[in-house]
Formats: sequence, structure tokens, C-alpha cells
Amino acid sequence: MESMTERPAPNIVRTYLKFETPIAELERKVQELRALEGSETAVNIADEIKKLEQKAHAALAETYAKLTPWQKTEVARHPERPHCLDYVSGLIEEFTPLAGDRYFGEDEAIVGGLGTFRGRSVILIGHEKGSDTESRLRHNFGMAKPEGYRKAVRLMEMAERFQLPVITLCDTAGAYPGVDAEQRGQAEAIARSTDTCLAIGVPLIAVIIGEGGSGGAVAIATANRILMLEHSIYTVASPEAAASILWRDSSKAIDAATSMKITAQDLEALGVIDTVVKEPVGGAHRDPALMMKRVGDAVAKAIAEFDGKSPAEIRRQRQDRFLEIGRSL
Amino acid sequence: MNWINNVVRPKIRSFLTTKREVPDNLWVKCPESGQMVFYKDLESNQFVVPGSGYHMRMGAKSRLVALFDGGAYETISVPPVPQDPLKFRDGRRYTERLKDAKTKTSLEDAVLIGEGRLDGQNIVSAAQDFDFMGGSLGMAAGEAVITGLTRALEKGTPFILFAASGGARMQEGILSLMQMPRTTIAVQRLREAGLPYIVVLTDPTTGGVTASYAMLGDVHIAEPGALICFAGPRVIQQTIREQLPDGFQRSEYLLDHGMIDMVVHRHKLRETLSRVCRILMNGGGKAKRANGHASANGRMIETTAREAAVLEVRPMDVASPVVGDGAGRDATAKTSKPLAKDKSSPA
Repeated sequence: MESMTERPAPNIVRTYLKFETPIAELERKVQELRALEGSETAVNIADEIKKLEQKAHAALAETYAKLTPWQKTEVARHPERPHCLDYVSGLIEEFTPLAGDRYFGEDEAIVGGLGTFRGRSVILIGHEKGSDTESRLRHNFGMAKPEGYRKAVRLMEMAERFQLPVITLCDTAGAYPGVDAEQRGQAEAIARSTDTCLAIGVPLIAVIIGEGGSGGAVAIATANRILMLEHSIYTVASPEAAASILWRDSSKAIDAATSMKITAQDLEALGVIDTVVKEPVGGAHRDPALMMKRVGDAVAKAIAEFDGKSPAEIRRQRQDRFLEIGRSL
Repeated sequence: MNWINNVVRPKIRSFLTTKREVPDNLWVKCPESGQMVFYKDLESNQFVVPGSGYHMRMGAKSRLVALFDGGAYETISVPPVPQDPLKFRDGRRYTERLKDAKTKTSLEDAVLIGEGRLDGQNIVSAAQDFDFMGGSLGMAAGEAVITGLTRALEKGTPFILFAASGGARMQEGILSLMQMPRTTIAVQRLREAGLPYIVVLTDPTTGGVTASYAMLGDVHIAEPGALICFAGPRVIQQTIREQLPDGFQRSEYLLDHGMIDMVVHRHKLRETLSRVCRILMNGGGKAKRANGHASANGRMIETTAREAAVLEVRPMDVASPVVGDGAGRDATAKTSKPLAKDKSSPA
């Protein structure tokens, strides 16, 4: 556990989730008082602000300490949550994007490229959801088509050729369900990408930074080490999809989220992921810089564990890790 | 038996009805032509509707009986897996659903593994049963696929998979999803050993199954008219809200789009599988396999031999062999009945 002496949230949150309403009210009051602070000569206003701020922070910490699986789903999908490209600009120097699958096209739902991570040359691959209407459309809301997965395969094979560690950042509701994606072999593209993850002889470190949605996530998250942010989710199908399969009613998504065990804490207990990366109080979007640092530290540590390991050992570790899942439950 | 079903309480009813293999209705309606077919005729025609040629779904046992010489094969038991690790309930308990599915199909889970001969060649085969919770891929099914592939690797035989699945088993959550990479590992090991992996895609093969082991074969064969996809038509329709193209996601469509090698009528399947396996097994890989080298995949060569040699195999007991009477398909379909009580792991 880390101490609570974090910097006060530097980010002004614009979007509050439903369960954050009490916090939103407190923070609004603080802002109102701040606005008064300059003009009024009222004596105790500074004290009042401090008290309210403490109250708001306490409410935030308390709320986020016991989020339900559905609330975590909402946090994982928060529009201001840092996305793949935020981590790229925060953690990767000299990032050089690479495009295209060399068969059909370029799919910006999966971004990838070369760069330097804390002095190491790496290849980074990740789902990007976009942060405004225009970029969301361009990145297809992070839902990749076959060319996205085939690009991932190409980059992983390149990493193997040049002996570069691979970092993958997962944040997708799932692979794109559309006519063109099916036509070009969505299933085969995902299967081949998972296959490549398992075949390469360089360390592959996956971080679930938001939503790890189904096969679309597995395709790049079949890694030596799987890290997951504290309020991220990783699911066999999105809660809405699972609800529609199980109850033929997608409004039962909350029930599905609750019964499916989708939180980082549950998945750590099941042995599916290796490490939970703690988020700043109130979620990653409250302090993206701190989140970057923690993710960077965790990834660096995970990569370093494979220093001096042969390609065969690295492959073997990854395969054993997955074969072991469920065997000791 | 209908009056008994009405009088007897549900729990007891299941005991009364397990042994029947013939459905309530002795007559089956062809979904395509609407023609009524006598069940026995359908069974003796490998569940292809005579006349319309429509391929009905086929149970795992019938699949294996139809594949192997004289309908004879040995069931390979699968190591037990935890039942209901998530304590899942969706209206009903998952454990109850499992019990029902076992009673209904007399299978342990959705994948049945058999070992036998195909035109004299040793073969290991897996058949997925859609009647067992939609053929869904959970821990048991994943472990079964891995067991089958590992068995083929040990025995140096080809592996033939009959896929039929609605996708991942929601009731096992993420542990179901993890079967995608897990089964892929076993596929890789067979591939590295230079042994053929043939996938027969049957109606329907969808979701996580298609997006893992079912699309990683050396040769992909589909039955006519089978639905084969990642996202199902209903999901896509909801997303795009347009009419889907004719024949979308059917075998013939996948053939046109380069995803499968051929569409083969069920009556020609055995012959095709036998030929493909024989030709692949007679190549230069034969000598390599004998020397314990394996793999044409350059980058894998060094690890292959080593990994294959140290591959840990969980103990498995070979269950009672099923002996066909050699009188052909029709007769052996009946002799497969006792198989229902084979010794496959009680789990």
C-alpha cells in the first residue's frame, strides 16, 4: 500500500460518473468558494475550502476503495481515462509509428511502432479508442479489424527478428463485428495473432489499461507478464454481450458484470493476470502523470525479469504460464 | 413415454429418458425443404437429409463412429478440471446446467476425444458436440482439445478436429477465454512436430473457437452450408443495422474469401480426410519425425525437439475400447451405445 500523501488531483475532471454524484457536489462547492476567495474578505473561507477539499478527497478515496464490478466497468470506459497514445507519449521516446498489414490496409484501431522505453529499444502495440469524435471514428473506437491484428503479427515478427521486447496496451470493447471484418477473416486474424504472441522468443509484456474485451484483447495480450490497472476490466465478452447471450437481454449487463469476475482483483486471484497496478485515488484520469509513472515502473520491472533469458526459455515460460491457468484452482 | 414424463417428477424423469438416442419425434423435418424424414433413415445417412442434401447437426459420438474404420475407436479420457470455479448462476446454477447437458448427451463435456484408425492410418480425433451447452468452449473442452493434440503428438499421428460451437462458455468467464491461448499452444506443438492438423468446420463454428484452434489447421474443410464466423449474424445486424449479404458467413462464402480449402459433402468427408492425412504423412517430414527433429518452421527448429521431448503429459487412462462389428456405419452406430457409459473421467 502506498501512503496517501499524493499530490492533490491536478486534473480537473469534466465528466462525473453516476456514482460520483456526491463527490461532484463537494468538488463543485470547492470551486465556487475558490472563485469567491479573491474578491471576498471573509476570514474563514480558506479554512472552509481546506475542510471541503479534505472531505471531497475522503469521499473519493472511500468510493474508489470499494467499487463494484459494474462501477469499475464505467471507470474503465471513462472518456477521460488515459488511452494508448497517452501512454505512448508519456513513456516512449522517439516513437516511430509503423502502419499497415502489407495485405490489405492500415487499421488505426491498433497502433504500433518502434521506440525507446527507458533506454531500451522496444516495439509497442496497442488498441487506441480515440479521445474526441473525430479521432474516435478514425480509430474505430478501438475495435480492430483483421488488418489491425495482421499488423500486430507483422510487428511482433519484426520484434523477434531484431530481438526487441514487445509492450502491448489493451483497451478494446472487442474486435469489430462487421461485414467487412468477417469477410476478411476476423477469426483467423485473431487466432494467428494469439499464435504469434505465443511463438516469439522475446519478452512480451501486456498491460490492460482499460477494457480487455474478449478475443480482441487476447490476440495481443497473450504475454509473458500481464499487468492490469486497478480499475480495468478483462472479460470473455463485454457485460452487455454476455447479458444478451445469457439472458437475451442486454440491460442485465450489471448482473453479468457482477457474476463474470472481470475485475483486476478477481483475475489476480484466479491466476489469470500477474500484477495489479495501483491507480491514483479516483482513477487513472485524475492523475495521468502518476499513472504513467506507475505503469512505466511496472513494465520496466517485468521486462527486466527476462534479461539474460534465451528465446527458448522466454517462449517456454509464456506457454507454461498459460497451460497452468485453471489447473490449480 | 409421454404420459410417464407428465407424471414423474423432473429429477426422476431424467433417469427415464437418458437412454433414448432417438428424439421424441421419430420424424424430423428438414429445415431447408420442409420434407419429413424418418429418424432412422437420417441416422443411417450420416444425418444428411436424403433428397435435399441438407446437413443436419451431428453428435460427437456419431462423428467419431463415422470417421474411424468399422466405427471403432478408443475414448481418451480428459484430466478433470474444476467445475464451476466462478460459482456462476444465470437464473439457474451453472452446475445444474452442466448436469443436464451431461444427461442429455451422455458426454462429460462438449469435446469428445477418440483414437483409432482411418483406412488403417492411426488417427487421433476430437469431435465437438453442439448439444452440450452449444458446444461451448470452457475449461473442460479446452483441456480435451489439448489432451487430444498432445495424444496425437505422443503417438505421432495426425489430429482431426470436428468443430461445432457457439463460442466461449460465458459461465466460466475469463477462464473460458483463456482456452484460446491454451489450445493454441497445443496446436503449435503438433505443428512443430510436423504432424498434420486437419480442421473440419461444421455448423455452427463461431466466436472464440473460430478465433483460436479452429482457424489454425493445416487444412480447413467445411461441410456445406455451415455457419462459420467470429461475430454471429445477430450481433453484426445489431451493429450495422443493414441487411446482410446472401449466404454471408456460410461455408461457400468462406471458400470464396480464402478462409477454407474446400467444402466437402459429409459422404465424401472420410475419403477426403484419409487422403489428406496420407499424403501429408508421406512427405519428407516422415524422416524428420523419425529422427526426432520435426518442424519445417525455421525459427522453431531448435526448441522443437526439446520441447516435444519434455512435454508434460497428464496421466490419462484409456477407456474401454469400442469395438465395431465391422458391418459398416449403420450397424456400428448402434454398437456405440454402450460407449455412453465408458470410463471417461468422472470429474
